[in-house]
Amino acid sequence: MDLFDPVRWQATFASMDTFWEGFGFTLQVVVAALILALVLGTVLGIFSTTHIKVLRGISRVYVEFYQNTPLPVQVFFMYAAGPLVLQSLTNAPTPVRIAPFVLGSVGVGLYHAAYVSEVIRQGIEAVPHGQMEAALSQGFSRAQAYRYVILPQTFRIILPPLCNQALNLVKNTSVLALIAGGDLMYNADNFVSTSGYLQGYIMCCFLYFIICLPLALLVQHLEKNSNKTPRRHRRKVAVAAGREA
Amino acid sequence: MSAFIEIKNLNKFFGDLHVLKDVNLSVEEGEKVVILGPSGSGKSTLIRCVDFLEEPSSGQVIIDGTVLTRKNHLEMARKYSSMVFQQFNLYPNMTVLGNLTIAPIKLQGKSKQEAEATAMSALERVGLAHKADEYPQNLSGGQQQRVAIARAMCTKQPIILFDEPTSALDPEMVQEVLDVMIELAHQNITMLCVTHEMGFAREVADRIVFMDDGHIIEEGTPEHFFEHPDNPRVQAFLDKIIH
Repeated sequence: MDLFDPVRWQATFASMDTFWEGFGFTLQVVVAALILALVLGTVLGIFSTTHIKVLRGISRVYVEFYQNTPLPVQVFFMYAAGPLVLQSLTNAPTPVRIAPFVLGSVGVGLYHAAYVSEVIRQGIEAVPHGQMEAALSQGFSRAQAYRYVILPQTFRIILPPLCNQALNLVKNTSVLALIAGGDLMYNADNFVSTSGYLQGYIMCCFLYFIICLPLALLVQHLEKNSNKTPRRHRRKVAVAAGREA
Repeated sequence: MSAFIEIKNLNKFFGDLHVLKDVNLSVEEGEKVVILGPSGSGKSTLIRCVDFLEEPSSGQVIIDGTVLTRKNHLEMARKYSSMVFQQFNLYPNMTVLGNLTIAPIKLQGKSKQEAEATAMSALERVGLAHKADEYPQNLSGGQQQRVAIARAMCTKQPIILFDEPTSALDPEMVQEVLDVMIELAHQNITMLCVTHEMGFAREVADRIVFMDDGHIIEEGTPEHFFEHPDNPRVQAFLDKIIH
């Protein structure tokens, strides 16, 4: 069985530089895409909870488009059309090449922004309206109410599904291998096709796994915690202790 | 000399629904006014207008000589009024003590020590000092509402508005909340209270206001109200409730 052939494994380990290079590149794309997805997703999520119809409409159309078309198609389209669009925008003589890093982070980031937006919307809607009223009746402004009362509650609700999105995002960066390359999946695929050793894919899986497993464990931990009522707050109650003593 | 709270020709529409119809009401400083009436008569909307949680469609709410507007209502709420809700609306992301101290610290510029000392004495008055470090969801409904009343006391506004404070409670918890409110009524606080608790109204109210279909149709002392109301609709309401 070739799978356990020590020679092939040796060759795989000898090429670890390529794998680590792809691993590092993937991590960079993950970070950039995650930032884009979180920022854009939060904006779109807040849009979808406002009273302004146009903003709600923008958010709805965006979310439906990105959630109901496949990521590879979106990225292929950007890969093919992006350089031409940039050419006409900048009046360049030839199509403008887009770096794989940019294509990867923007493609995956835009896609996941749609999902993040839905998570944010549900998180905000899950906080009862009475919370805002209580804050306003105390004299907090809307902004203060969001800061001290609403968002801390939203945050608690959305953290597990948000980490879940991060996990999916990591795996979805492998779509880069289809177009521009440079990422972990692409480098692993290169190794396999030049050497013929399928061990490359196993190594590739393992490297994705070590990014994703901590995230998955974090999701489980957060979900367990958000089902529990907060534990009794430990604080040195100077005032209370003084009185009770 | 106008009254402490002056409600003038107040109208409120929700879409086509005319909820408050030209309501006029004056409340003196320190007065305890209980607002009674069938559901849907506009009682809650009326006191929510006093806190500007509902914006009047027309007419004015004047507190201490100042007309409430979209611009000044937060400042006015900080200075004059706080609200106790049917659903308590404690902040679940904070401890009981956190609930009581956030507004004094963030809005009134109190130091943490000062706010906590005030909070602890308010908690003692509602009998919940030992729950200061609990989160609201670990308390019973009656305890949560007592904390909410303590929260309203901590900000020291002269007006406290009660919007059916015992309606969401299990029957056995109603009395503990009413007791706290009765105790509070001995202070020089202006109380506007929407409730269905007739015993409380009789014991605490300086004046009872009865609303029906967006109008105030009867006003008077508890004695007048319960013994010989002028309006036959009030009599019918009382008959239904008491028998």
